[in-house]
Amino acid sequence: MTSPYRICPDTGFKVDLAGEKLIKWNAVTSIVFLAIGGLLGFLVALTRWPEIHLLGADDFYMVLTAHGIVILLVWLIYFEMALLYFASSILLNVRLALPKLAWLGYWLMTIGALLTVVIVLQGESNVMFTSYVPMQADPLFYIGIIVFAVGALCGCAVFFATLVIAKAEKTYEGSIPLVTFGAMTAAIIAVFTIASGAVILIPTFLWSVGLIAYIDPLMYKVIWWAMGHSSQQINVAAHIAVWYAIAAILFGAKPLSEKVSRFAFLMYILFLQLASAHHLLVEPGLSSEWKIVNTSYLLYLAVMASMIHGLTVPGAIEAAQRKKGYTNGLFEWLRKAPWGNPVFSGMFISLVLFGVLGGITGVIMGQEQVNIIVHNTLYVPGHFHGTVAAGTTLAFMAITYWLVPVLFRRELILPGWAKWQPYFFGLGVAGISLAMMGAGTLGISRRHWDITYADAAIKFDHPALAHLMMGINGVFATIATIGGVMFVVVIVGSLLWGKNRDEVPAAAAPEPPVADVPSAMTAHGSAGVANVSGTFTLALIFLAVFVLYFFVNWKFLASTWGLS
Amino acid sequence: MSIYPPEDRIWWSKPVEKTEVLWVTIAFIWGLIMFFMMPYWHLTGDQNLSNEAYKITADKYAEKTEAFAKKYQVRVEGDNDVPVVKPPAGSDVYMLARLWDWWPILELEKGKSYRLHLSSLDYQHGFSLQPENINLQVHPNYDMVVTITPTSSGEFGIICNEFCGSGHHTMVGKMYVKDSK
Repeated sequence: MTSPYRICPDTGFKVDLAGEKLIKWNAVTSIVFLAIGGLLGFLVALTRWPEIHLLGADDFYMVLTAHGIVILLVWLIYFEMALLYFASSILLNVRLALPKLAWLGYWLMTIGALLTVVIVLQGESNVMFTSYVPMQADPLFYIGIIVFAVGALCGCAVFFATLVIAKAEKTYEGSIPLVTFGAMTAAIIAVFTIASGAVILIPTFLWSVGLIAYIDPLMYKVIWWAMGHSSQQINVAAHIAVWYAIAAILFGAKPLSEKVSRFAFLMYILFLQLASAHHLLVEPGLSSEWKIVNTSYLLYLAVMASMIHGLTVPGAIEAAQRKKGYTNGLFEWLRKAPWGNPVFSGMFISLVLFGVLGGITGVIMGQEQVNIIVHNTLYVPGHFHGTVAAGTTLAFMAITYWLVPVLFRRELILPGWAKWQPYFFGLGVAGISLAMMGAGTLGISRRHWDITYADAAIKFDHPALAHLMMGINGVFATIATIGGVMFVVVIVGSLLWGKNRDEVPAAAAPEPPVADVPSAMTAHGSAGVANVSGTFTLALIFLAVFVLYFFVNWKFLASTWGLS
Repeated sequence: MSIYPPEDRIWWSKPVEKTEVLWVTIAFIWGLIMFFMMPYWHLTGDQNLSNEAYKITADKYAEKTEAFAKKYQVRVEGDNDVPVVKPPAGSDVYMLARLWDWWPILELEKGKSYRLHLSSLDYQHGFSLQPENINLQVHPNYDMVVTITPTSSGEFGIICNEFCGSGHHTMVGKMYVKDSK
């Protein structure tokens, strides 16, 4: 059975046109939601900037609720649908299975997302992303998320069906590519996530319309976070697949060892969902044994997996670069990397910030007792802006700079903007992340409109440094917003007005920022090359920071009151 | 290359590079250290949560807290006449969370231990003792018990750090810790 396709002149992949269209629609929709969600986030930051304090209290809580949903669910899941279709249909040279189901999924996601966002923006469902019971939202709030999740489930089904077709029709030889394996990891975690969401949100909806009398608040959290945290693990698996893809595309890098990298993805599937416990470490009614086993992903095997990817992705790049002759010293391979190409710079900044800001802090604040001095402070958003904004979002931005010329066949407009955009965004989100962690360490609460407590009957003052941190947060949020706007302008502008690369005579066409793509077709790689000494040095520095910061936090904990 | 099927079809039997083996080993050992830090702290550290909790209704908890406040009240404070309660060391101490205050105000002694009970009468709230930065989640229908031993004295704020509706940012309580005589 054949379906219309084209051969990609840049990569040689056979591109199924039906699948390509779905990738485009999901990717473009995701970027629209990123723009909306990002601007909502900017409003949040401006309100929490003490000197500006932009929005009123109710508007702030409404905007914050919308920001969380639009970014954490909508933007990321749409983009991940595009990635799933890309990693199955295009990388396996096969038609996308069940395109009608994929479109059904797309429209369900769109209807669900719009429904929930519109309900939130009407102001009667200021319940935050987490919608903890017994706080109640409009029934349509839950319906919207459920419909969105069903749509995403359709997308996962299409992905798995495409794998089956590719296997049956033998469109590839041997095992699926590592990137597809990573995408499959994301899809498997997505199914678990959506199932957990159904288990808790359907009864919560029934409760909101009065058909169920009571939802236990603790049970709600245990199951809700099996969705809420796992959905962020979809992002981790997906953006690590993107890292591997970019390393392959730009450098022709091969994983140091297929076995180790695939094993690391497998660890995610087995253990990441235990992270639901990260949100429950200071709750009543759960035992320490339960907390310790779950919060540690069972002996930190999923953390080990992330540390493996953190070594093998740059390690694969180093090996490929050394093979090309960049062999001087420890770091020539890195210095001579294409830092002006946003595909690379975005990916590498994502990798560093995810590991250092998101990874280390996430593990440490997820330690059972350390969580006492962190829970629900601004430290928590500080951590997850390191993972989601700096890690996932920047990685997705980076691959978009490659997808637009290659898949959408459009030249990038404003290449100068594109070149600098990852630096702006990276600097901004790194600053946000650090400032929020600083403020959280000083006791500032997350999801809070007024840290001066001006309207409270009992007065309390935070140290001046904490207020300063919120100002710094605002400054960096502005930088991140500029970076986000640059991204949206470049990408949307390129889609609308970028020259069609197929119409430009090949000789006259300026090189896209992905000039190295054809070299990806050669057999460059790391086979037989063991020298990744530069990456290993960086890994040891990372480890030293990790260990140091780990014990600093226990020291902090030890200085507080006795609790038993 | 990661975007193509592995060149070696039998990739799973290829030996792993030394650097990678070393790093995986280091990561695994570091994971074990982090893991065992938690039970270790239960044995040797001074900051552990007890896991003691009871199911309770909001009415019952309010009743207990009011009885407690009445028994040990030493004065009232502020426009709302919030009782300041000075319980004896070692005793059961009750604080309730509701839209939007922490009630009552406690007066404790430094270095003495108290069995602090926390529960909510309505939504979830976040007990956040500042500037110590001790943060506990407070649920309705659960009575959580934590034995606290203040190691510093002065006036402490209790803010709410779980979003609890439009007045969330006005929910502030207080705790005094006096130096032991």
